[in-house]
Amino acid sequence: MKKSVILGAMTFAGLAAGAASAGTLDDVKARGKLNCGVTTGLVGFAAPNANGEWEGFDVAVCRAVAAAVLGDSNAVEFVPTTGKTRFTALASGEIDLLARNTTWTFSRDVDLKFEFVGVNYYDGQGFMVPKELGVSSAKELDGATVCIQTGTTTELNLADFFRSNNISYEPVPIETNAEAQQQYLAGACDVYTTDASGLAATRATFDDPSSHVILPEIISKEPLGPLVRHGDNEWGDVARWTLNALIAAEELGVTSANLSEMSAGTENPEINRLLGTEGTLGEMLGLSADWAKNAIASQGNYGEIFAKNIGEDTPVGLARGLNAQWTEGGLLYAPPLR
Amino acid sequence: MSTLTDPPNEGFRLSMLINDTRYRSLTFQVIAAIVLALCIWYLGNNLIQNLRAAGLNISYTFLGDPAGYDINQRLVEYDSQSSHAKAALVGLLNTLLVAVLACITATVFGVVAGVLRLSNNWLVSKLMAVYVEIFRNIPVLIWIIIIFTIMTAVLPGPREFRGDNATASMVFDSFAFTNRGIYVPMPWFENGIFASTSMNWLLVLAGFAGSWLAAHQINVWANTKQESTGVRPKTTALILAAWLVPFLALMLIMGLTWEYPELKGFNFSGGIKVGGPLIALWFALSIYTGAFIAENVRAGIQAVSKGQTEAASALGLRPRRVMNLVVLPQALRVIIPPLISNFLNITKNSSLAIAVGYADITATLGGITLNQTGRAIECVLLLMLFYLTASLTISMVMNVYNASVKLKER
Repeated sequence: MKKSVILGAMTFAGLAAGAASAGTLDDVKARGKLNCGVTTGLVGFAAPNANGEWEGFDVAVCRAVAAAVLGDSNAVEFVPTTGKTRFTALASGEIDLLARNTTWTFSRDVDLKFEFVGVNYYDGQGFMVPKELGVSSAKELDGATVCIQTGTTTELNLADFFRSNNISYEPVPIETNAEAQQQYLAGACDVYTTDASGLAATRATFDDPSSHVILPEIISKEPLGPLVRHGDNEWGDVARWTLNALIAAEELGVTSANLSEMSAGTENPEINRLLGTEGTLGEMLGLSADWAKNAIASQGNYGEIFAKNIGEDTPVGLARGLNAQWTEGGLLYAPPLR
Repeated sequence: MSTLTDPPNEGFRLSMLINDTRYRSLTFQVIAAIVLALCIWYLGNNLIQNLRAAGLNISYTFLGDPAGYDINQRLVEYDSQSSHAKAALVGLLNTLLVAVLACITATVFGVVAGVLRLSNNWLVSKLMAVYVEIFRNIPVLIWIIIIFTIMTAVLPGPREFRGDNATASMVFDSFAFTNRGIYVPMPWFENGIFASTSMNWLLVLAGFAGSWLAAHQINVWANTKQESTGVRPKTTALILAAWLVPFLALMLIMGLTWEYPELKGFNFSGGIKVGGPLIALWFALSIYTGAFIAENVRAGIQAVSKGQTEAASALGLRPRRVMNLVVLPQALRVIIPPLISNFLNITKNSSLAIAVGYADITATLGGITLNQTGRAIECVLLLMLFYLTASLTISMVMNVYNASVKLKER
């Protein structure tokens, strides 16, 4: 008993010791590399490509933050995390930023002591079933076997949805998206449930995507966003405003194509402040004046990142929907950069 | 003439702590204990300080909160509104279930393979050698995943049983082998004596206990008769009757009927479902640990002097009786102590259940609950406590058994 307590205590002491160090911004600068937590692989959001380079919608956030802080969008160490390991990885200081389609919830923010720096994708939980089952609504799923990634908010929503509709189901707990996909395709479960964006991304990798339908019901709000540790506000600001800079850039019409032209100075003072030709926003963050320019240069603005990784022209094929700019009837709204 | 003098009465000097062998070992032990205590104090203090700095604390109140998630295999009543403590209990029972099942089958596999490996039949002994070497030398996690993957890939899904031109069908119309698990008919009592079925099963268990007692008494009676007259009365029929008659009578009175699994909606319903994860985990743990036990059994048998076999054969005993009456009882003394370790390993290895989605205690308390509540330290401490208790209990029970079979010197 004694021995295992010591070993256990050592592990936790080690974890906790990591968490206690403050000044993540300085750590990242000193290290010259950003440690960024991503999924173990979800096409469109975060997955290594054929050359082994990570790419995707969440990866773009990591690269933008690295570009803003270090001026180099490749100065990122990607740390794959599962639904279960992600929070420990962040809390222990193994990663500086978690950009892994993680839902912003009260308890994660307040009880787990994390800080969500914004929302990069407004999502909701959906269901995917094979077309041959002939199911057209999630309420017809009484008695179905459902594949679900454990340790996620979707697991709790699922239980609530079936209970409130007075129907039963059998959960098949699964660790990663890849396993879920394999189980689902083998017919070990009738339904796969996760965030609708994740379903679309998963379906895009199937041999025959058209034989699977995503049911119309969206049973929850899943605001997905990057998060950092609570209590390190400078670092939180850096992450928050890098994300806001990407969103504001789209609203202001700054793209990777016209970036060099715009950064020479424009008529619009807000663009000038964003790109560092006017004001001292970068200095206030403890970064160089061209922090936002670097961030946008690495991947483009929010709209470009969306279109390139998960937009309608990609295999994932997601419409902007709620994720359009507020000026286009969506929810994206970056606070003023002044 | 010399006079005997008392040895000089030296007082205790501080240097004796190092130089005097009587005190030296004690000194070092005290120093080691102090260093150990300091280490524990430092680590514990570090933990508490860091927790406080992060604004966290150690509290077990989360155990009473609703868990919010569902579990597919449960031996006790549970739904998503039950508490985290209940979810942990469900996981605990699942762990014990798979551990007990795997201990039994692993022992059977192990004894059979161990005995057969020493067979004079070249093919049989080589086959067993191949089994033992293959399974012993590949990690159990890989076996679990292999078996689970084969099951889900090879067996048909429930939807293949549906329709007029179904590609799969049930065996004897009562057993369904699907990639989600195996469905078998469930016995239940039409006119049970108690209202609840579980109470009726207790009655059946009591019946079995009675039968066992009766059979035991018959054996005792046969033994005394043999000792006094030298002739052992035939007991086979009597013992068979002691087991069967009460059982059949009980089943008849309570009205045993079978509930057959039926394809309903998305899944089979009715009957007993033995889930795919349970089968994969159970089978993998059994064949893997079985290979280790086989080696123990072989070692035990080879430890019995060959003269014993030859002497028994010279008395005219047939090979099977030689094995059962002479060799195995002596081999047990060598087999049991390592067998205890193998049982412990099964229990601990069952925590790999998460790989196939089996809801054992590592998956519920140490997985989902830990993740949903973020109470990592509390959950892991509870897990450690559970595995420690389980292991020590198994160890204790098996040691009692070991004491009962070990060489008794008179």
